[in-house]
Amino acid sequence: MMDAVFSTLGAGFLALMGLLGLNADLMSRYGERFLGGIWVTLELVGISVFFGLLLALPLAIARVEGGRWTSRAAFAYSYFFRGTPLLAQTFLVYYGAGQFREQLTDIGLWWFFRDAFNCAVLTFTLNTAAYQSEILRGGIQSLPVGQSEGAKALGLNSVQTYIKVILPQAFAVGLRPLGNELVLMVKASSIASVITVYDLMGVTRLAFSRSYDMEVYLWAAVLYLVMVETIRRVWDVLERRLNRHLLLSH
Amino acid sequence: MLNLLELLSFGPNGWGDEIAKGALLTLELAIATLPVGFAIGLGVALAKDSGSRLVRAAGNLFTTVFRGLPELLTLFIVYYGGQILFTRIAGYLVEGATIEVNQFLAGVIALSLVLGAFSSEVFLAAMRSVSRGQKEAASALGLSKWQAFRLVVLPQLWRVALPGLSNNWMVLLKDTSLVSVIAINDLMRQTSIAVGVTKQPFFFYLVACTIYLLFSILSSVGFSYAEARANRGLKRIGGKA
Repeated sequence: MMDAVFSTLGAGFLALMGLLGLNADLMSRYGERFLGGIWVTLELVGISVFFGLLLALPLAIARVEGGRWTSRAAFAYSYFFRGTPLLAQTFLVYYGAGQFREQLTDIGLWWFFRDAFNCAVLTFTLNTAAYQSEILRGGIQSLPVGQSEGAKALGLNSVQTYIKVILPQAFAVGLRPLGNELVLMVKASSIASVITVYDLMGVTRLAFSRSYDMEVYLWAAVLYLVMVETIRRVWDVLERRLNRHLLLSH
Repeated sequence: MLNLLELLSFGPNGWGDEIAKGALLTLELAIATLPVGFAIGLGVALAKDSGSRLVRAAGNLFTTVFRGLPELLTLFIVYYGGQILFTRIAGYLVEGATIEVNQFLAGVIALSLVLGAFSSEVFLAAMRSVSRGQKEAASALGLSKWQAFRLVVLPQLWRVALPGLSNNWMVLLKDTSLVSVIAINDLMRQTSIAVGVTKQPFFFYLVACTIYLLFSILSSVGFSYAEARANRGLKRIGGKA
């Protein structure tokens, strides 16, 4: 029953696409793969942005509160990852790990680096952590010193001060650039296709190499634009909602 | 350790000269893209500031598309799309003719489109920072619209736009690495070739990263000079320009 419904829907969709001048035959052959590719792209971005944020928090705090060497180390980290191409970083991790296969097997980590997807996630996480830490540092440093003094006067310790007072405000300041970073990661995740990950870009390249039909690249373009624009719009709504107290105070 | 350094030597046994050549090509690519990209950016910014609704919409569409697409995809569309398009055109003229699109040119075009989209936002913001009175005064002095833009608005726009543009340049420098995927012998690809032969990926990719990092550091030094120069007529609170 459901199958019949879906196949009618599918056939109708293909007919519609055909009317728009799209190659329905191509769509029926690669459509499912494209859906899979979108999912892999979302996974890549979701996992690395989440863990990137977890890593960015201590990095940003180290930049602001750390002693001479801690703050310098955090700075060096973010300078390296922001100053070199993501493609080079990805190759460094993926092919570099292959070189240290024996050592990695010895410490029981080879299973992780064997998979190109994991290498891509690891590289993207390290990369986006550097960018996100800069955004958060900017947010923290934009706050007046009275915020932490006030928290101290109320008897909050430094951990409480950060969790209750500083970080929420820093996130409010950094919300827009964080949204931009998310969009940049969706785009940058296409680099994973170069190390054999079948994300949206990967399946597109595969479909092109088999069909030699330019149309697949145009599909990919539309799909990426839809993803990016959706994130942008949703983020705008989110920002207006979360920062509504700031809007009112003007 | 000594062996690794030997691999970097110039000459038949080392990869130093190959990598240096690649680094040079990376710089060439970025420098060739810069004027084209900024020209597109300025044009698109003017379009987005235009009085005509249609022109504004076209400018916004351009930015939305080329800022939203992954750079890699733009590159493939320009490269393969150009190839197919030109071959088709040539096919009409001469039976069975094929045309190879020059990879360097495809790289410059794709990167220029991306740079144009990003820099147009910077130019637009800078254009809006130049007050209306400046343009009105220029027209009161009898300057034409184009003269007013070139002689009055552009010099002032430059100062405001410089930090944003320097950011665009840094991004461009890193994005050039993507052209290695369509077989241009830039720094990234030369490094990959060296890796293929020597089986020392970690070392060589680290070297490539260091070279990119060096380019970034040198550019940021250059840009801070340029910014100091652009701001020399401007007094800030605290006395320092």
